[in-house]
Amino acid sequence: MNPTRHAIGLGLRRGWTEFLLSLRSTQDQGFYLFMGVATLAYLWANRDSEIEGTDLLLPTFALPSILGALLAFGVVIGPAYALAMEREDGTLLRHKALPHGMQGYVTGQLLYHSLGLLPLLLVILVPSFLLFDDVMSNGLAGWATVAWVAVLGLLATLPLGMILGSVVPSVQKVGTWGMLPVIVLTFISGIFVPIQAMWGWVQVVAQIFPTYWIGLGMRSAFLPDAAATIEIGDSWRTGMTVLVLGAWALFGLLVTPRVLRRMARRTSGSQVLEAKEAALQWVK
Amino acid sequence: MSPPFEPVVRVAGLQMTYGSHDVLTGVDFEVHPGEVVCLLGPNGAGKTTTIEILEGFRVRSGGDVRVLGEDPAQAGDAWRARVGVVLQSWRDHARWTPRRLLEQLGGYFAPYSTATHPRPYELEWLLDTVGLTENADRKIGTLSGGQRRRLDVAMGIIGRPELLFLDEPTAGFDPQARRDFHDLVHRLSDLEGTSILLTTHDLAEAERLADRILILAAGRIVADGSADELTRQVAGTAEVRWSRGGERFVHATEDATPFVRRLFEQHGEEITDLEVRRASLEDTYIAMVQRFESGDRTAPALAEVSR
Repeated sequence: MNPTRHAIGLGLRRGWTEFLLSLRSTQDQGFYLFMGVATLAYLWANRDSEIEGTDLLLPTFALPSILGALLAFGVVIGPAYALAMEREDGTLLRHKALPHGMQGYVTGQLLYHSLGLLPLLLVILVPSFLLFDDVMSNGLAGWATVAWVAVLGLLATLPLGMILGSVVPSVQKVGTWGMLPVIVLTFISGIFVPIQAMWGWVQVVAQIFPTYWIGLGMRSAFLPDAAATIEIGDSWRTGMTVLVLGAWALFGLLVTPRVLRRMARRTSGSQVLEAKEAALQWVK
Repeated sequence: MSPPFEPVVRVAGLQMTYGSHDVLTGVDFEVHPGEVVCLLGPNGAGKTTTIEILEGFRVRSGGDVRVLGEDPAQAGDAWRARVGVVLQSWRDHARWTPRRLLEQLGGYFAPYSTATHPRPYELEWLLDTVGLTENADRKIGTLSGGQRRRLDVAMGIIGRPELLFLDEPTAGFDPQARRDFHDLVHRLSDLEGTSILLTTHDLAEAERLADRILILAAGRIVADGSADELTRQVAGTAEVRWSRGGERFVHATEDATPFVRRLFEQHGEEITDLEVRRASLEDTYIAMVQRFESGDRTAPALAEVSR
């Protein structure tokens, strides 16, 4: 029995179990429901507005962008919170005390947060098809594009969440260090306001990070080819999307294991105890 | 497996410095196979630091440490499989059940199972041993503090460790849970031959559980011996009280037997209400810690007496 392969198998089982437990938890159901209702309410309220310079309706344009943004947001903030939390509550330390435990833990996290996207996408996509017309213009080929953009986007952003969760000093700091920059980045990435409406340097910043490209990729999957005229360079820039997201995925692949190892090395029982005492202070 | 007489833990000249603060200044001790050793000491003496260095969770500043024949700072996963650590956590895995979690965590030990030393422990046996059978399918988030600690213990021993570390295992236990836990430690030590190193604040617990007690004060081991041996090391270890002619007398002595004999020779039947009270481990502990913390280094010979 190869212990590493065995640990990865246990990690996959762990991720699957966590996913099932999350589906059964009212807290997480509430989160999915809230995200679904909020997105659909926004789209429904703007169902008759047209996108300037095209004959597209807002929901048609905004839906893929929002899906892309939620994907990027979810898999950065989700793992960042989970990791920061589980560093403090002792989950991580438990795995550190097991042979090959960290490999299993990280595998579990990767699977759990990837699977966590499915219900989020479903609660938005399914009602959208019932409420709006012409949501998907490209048929089967469009869905294939959705699949590869989602997978590549996941590879590009999930490691960033893991890195964030490893370096923040405490759970309370995930808000300032993680939430805030990600929200700003989402806002400038052409999800709600077309990117061309931003200042030039902001456009450059937005195009460095994955969020813009995931949104662009999703639009290329859902919208008719004619709609590419609203994008920078009048094109979906598919090659560039693959390149940028691929570069981020590579970055994650190289950096994340190092950051995780450093974090694991610094995890100890006294650290968990300090966090517990700090948390009790908050409650009091 | 270590050869029979090789100590499972050997610590020599262990030092730990945080910034300019020396926590451990030269700790030496050994734990032998099958022994239950208890590390006592005041808050901030470095008990937790010592244990975490032995667990491989903290990198020492100096000295030599061998645990199951390896340096814990460099030891790999095969070593990890032989060591058990009972951790105090508080809200992790709230949605899981004890059964599901133990099954998941125990799985990591399966590749290290051998015919003579099967790993992990059988789940039902383990649940029964720590007293969690009835609550095995409840959500962990709904367990009481005591039940949670039983689960912590179960997670620490699930891999059937040869050496087990326990850092203040009974903090927050009620008396019943404490007694159950002591029984469990005896069982692991007697039936399974597990070597155990634990820290505690509870002197009665140390006396009940430990084959040997180490007192850590001022950054080093100031005493090493059984509870009995330690109490003998402190001057005036017994207190003799008696009444004669309606008056109460108290006398502190190192050796109570000859004193009492002389007392009877002198006064015979006039002596009533005779009481001989040996110094408790608590008296010894407080005397020793005070002596070392006040910086009086004239007594280190004490540590040698019991070797």
